[in-house]
Amino acid sequence: MSRYTSATDADRERMLAAVGVGSIDELFAEIPDGVRLRRELELEPGLTESEVFERLSALAAKNVHADAEVSFLGAGMYDHYVPAIVDAIVSRSEFLTPYTPYQPEISQGGLQAMFEFQTAISELTALPVANAALYEGPSSVASAAYLAIAATKRGKLIASRGLHPHSREALRTYSAGYGSELSDVGLSDGGTDAGALEESIDEQTAAVFVQYPNFLGAVEDLEPLAELAHAKGALLICACDPIALSVLRPPGECGADVAVGEGQPLGNRLDYGGPSFGFFAATEEHIRRMPGRIAGETTDGDGRRGFVLTLQTREQHIRREKATHNICTAQALNALAGVVYLSWLGKQGFAELGELLVRRTAYAREALAKIEGVEVLHEAPVVREFALRLEAPVAEVLERCAEEGFGAGYPLGRDYPEHEDGLLVALTERRSREDIDRFAELLGRAVAAAEPRVRRVEQEVAT
Amino acid sequence: MSEGAPNTLIEPRPPHGETSETPAQRDRAVTIFERSVEGRRAAQLPEADVPQRPLQELIPQRLLRQRPAELPEVSEPEIVRHYNRISRRNFDLDTGFYPLGSCTMKHNPRLNERVAALPGHARLHPAQDPQRAQGALELMWLLQQALVEICGLPHVSLQPSAGSHGELAGLLLTRAYHGDRGEERTKVLTADTAHGTNPASVTMAGYELVKVATNERGGVHLDELRSKADEQTACLMLTNPNTLGLFDENIAEIAEILHSVGATLYYDGANLNAIMGRSRPGDMGFDIVHVNLHKSFSQPHGGGGPGAGPIAVSDRIEPFLPRPQVVRRGDGNGAGPVFELDYERPKSIGRLRGFQGNFGVFVRSYAYILSLGGDGLTEASETAVLNANYLLARLSQGRTGKYLPVAFDRRCMHEFVLSGAPAKRELGVKTLDVAKRLLDYGFHPPTVYFPLLVDEALMVEPTETETRETLDAFAEALDHILAEAEENPEILRDAPYSTPVRRLDEVAANRKPVIRQAR
Repeated sequence: MSRYTSATDADRERMLAAVGVGSIDELFAEIPDGVRLRRELELEPGLTESEVFERLSALAAKNVHADAEVSFLGAGMYDHYVPAIVDAIVSRSEFLTPYTPYQPEISQGGLQAMFEFQTAISELTALPVANAALYEGPSSVASAAYLAIAATKRGKLIASRGLHPHSREALRTYSAGYGSELSDVGLSDGGTDAGALEESIDEQTAAVFVQYPNFLGAVEDLEPLAELAHAKGALLICACDPIALSVLRPPGECGADVAVGEGQPLGNRLDYGGPSFGFFAATEEHIRRMPGRIAGETTDGDGRRGFVLTLQTREQHIRREKATHNICTAQALNALAGVVYLSWLGKQGFAELGELLVRRTAYAREALAKIEGVEVLHEAPVVREFALRLEAPVAEVLERCAEEGFGAGYPLGRDYPEHEDGLLVALTERRSREDIDRFAELLGRAVAAAEPRVRRVEQEVAT
Repeated sequence: MSEGAPNTLIEPRPPHGETSETPAQRDRAVTIFERSVEGRRAAQLPEADVPQRPLQELIPQRLLRQRPAELPEVSEPEIVRHYNRISRRNFDLDTGFYPLGSCTMKHNPRLNERVAALPGHARLHPAQDPQRAQGALELMWLLQQALVEICGLPHVSLQPSAGSHGELAGLLLTRAYHGDRGEERTKVLTADTAHGTNPASVTMAGYELVKVATNERGGVHLDELRSKADEQTACLMLTNPNTLGLFDENIAEIAEILHSVGATLYYDGANLNAIMGRSRPGDMGFDIVHVNLHKSFSQPHGGGGPGAGPIAVSDRIEPFLPRPQVVRRGDGNGAGPVFELDYERPKSIGRLRGFQGNFGVFVRSYAYILSLGGDGLTEASETAVLNANYLLARLSQGRTGKYLPVAFDRRCMHEFVLSGAPAKRELGVKTLDVAKRLLDYGFHPPTVYFPLLVDEALMVEPTETETRETLDAFAEALDHILAEAEENPEILRDAPYSTPVRRLDEVAANRKPVIRQAR
């Protein structure tokens, strides 16, 4: 008997007889000879539950996870504490094991959670219309481009270099399908260069993409950027860190037409990058162009309040090639974790978390920038992440810090060749002042011990 | 007792009057926002341990939020009670039979949840230095290798996040492949039985959709395919077995037709659960395959995700795979292999998303593959096909056979499609009514009104993890329901009766959408 099946030999015989065949092979008789696999799959035989557990535990043990070091890694995913109630609620069978709620009468729990999630995202972004989640951050950015192209009937996209490199790359990937043209606008002291942006927007521009705070941690001044976009009839699409929206003026109040983002910081595990969720909110006029599932409130025949999947004529299972997106399975369980987390933080806790992060980040930024051989990469205001410039090879500094149990941050060189000396440092509420002080001390030693970058460059020049 | 007791309620709930709802089910829906009371809270945050500078000193006032986000103010006990209560208004796979066609609602092993939650997996930052994430990269590489063997194609990218994401990837790969050859093709063919995601993906990838009709055996109409496949054709997207649950016997010829005009052949892997270890898409001639890890490989559906949609491809497509790609490098000094993220892929279509994909889903699916092994996966498919054929045989008799006949009378694979047209004609009950009445019997209904070419369709996929007793109980329930319809069709038309809410007004919800809580 295969694991997780229940058919006994007697069952099989009886069932085959009911079907009117003599063997399992006969059930597969319609597969032509030429395409039958005439051997066993070359995979090892099944293991017992304890063997599988041990095998997977051994793999897990090879990873240095966030509890095994003091980590200042961010770059889009953050090590926030996930409260125990999130795990308890999302592991309930009633939430874990249903399909998409196609039968609303027996899916009220999931549909209501979607409705609550939409409300929470609408509150965070100050945009009236939110869906019940897409896959994750960068693909949500690319999905927003699809909406913008449909809304404006234009084909040019402009992305700030402050947009997450993964989002910029996803935009480029999807653009091949959209037939859109993508260009970049650079940064000026941390924020998007408004002058350069103004020059690149024209009457063919569908949307301008910015991030808030941007990848280098800088809080963009959205309003002037929105005005530049709107002046030429383009949309402003803003990718947001949802935690930062606890303290920052929300994109909907700054003129953004669409706000999207990576939902992982809201109660989801790091999980080496997924699954998490992407959120997507927009102004009212885009409601019928939104991608993904949306739950709506209604009543049943007895007048009882209930929830349904609504505006389904946007969706692939109804509209097929005319759908506003191809998404089917999304990330409902991760979105549930998001709304449970936001309920746990609550109105006060959410604001307090943001304030704590701003103050600790300011403290850390000052402490680290005081180190000999370390300076801030930009002076722009930040919430929970900031960029430094090191006068030492970043890879070597990271290695020295890792040896002492610290994840020093994210090296900027791969994504920003102009910042080969750049290091991105992120905080969550789990990084205390003591952690920051220890990190500052370690970073000072690591930079001092590493071969000075300036001298090495000179040597290379000399040879 | 030799007869297993049915594990699903077959006694119908009363059509009128009293219901057996639990108090939680009878609740009027109250949202978490409506439970908010000023001053209540759950979270306690760490103490302020740095100077308490005014926020405006750190961020200019005009960039700061002027009023707080109106999140609920609730205590922890209230949150737990709220979500537990609303959860009871869901039907779920752990509670009962869920024969939703094309969705493969098989058992979700809890072992997989346990291993996915190990801190080494769940608490691993995606930007961790690959040298310090060797276990994760090795797991991904091992899963890639397993999918290579199951699909019969030599290369795998785990990056796509769901089936539809894999479809889009496959079409962008096709575009890049043709572009690399200096060709620009405009059309993609899909069967008229295709999942809705296929045509939607075609449009997103910038192609024109061309539909190919189904023949009288439920397969692709070959003459029509020949007439529509030409030098402008980029790709044919196909599901095999298709959404009718039928294996297309002409698959080799179909592949030949497409390849002779230089097009690629894309396999929608939603129905892979029918053929694991019995047949492989690569051996059928497909160039690109997506695999729904949340279907065949037991990732729980979560009420609409998460899933993952890895793609397997042939050699000619490989240079274009998304990046980064997990690779294994031999280690010269004998310390064993090293796993890396390879970004140096100049012909790559680029990223489809951030980081490395839905890694937590990979852990669960790899645990599932290890648990079953090659023989177990084969047996899973065999049992899925046996269960479907057994249930079809049961339903072909009596009232179900009369009012809900199978749409194409052939050997089915892991699922089959019934037509409710006779029930509608002779009893005046629609497929929707039958589906809603099934809710009162404790079953999730099959997929309804899909595929589109079957009138009043019911698409039934029992999966391998259901017992014979459950299948019998489902068959009996459908028979009871049709007997009710013969007696009084109103019982069905007004169903369901026992659910937390009854039929909901979807038209009103659409006309004036209320999609968030009023402030």
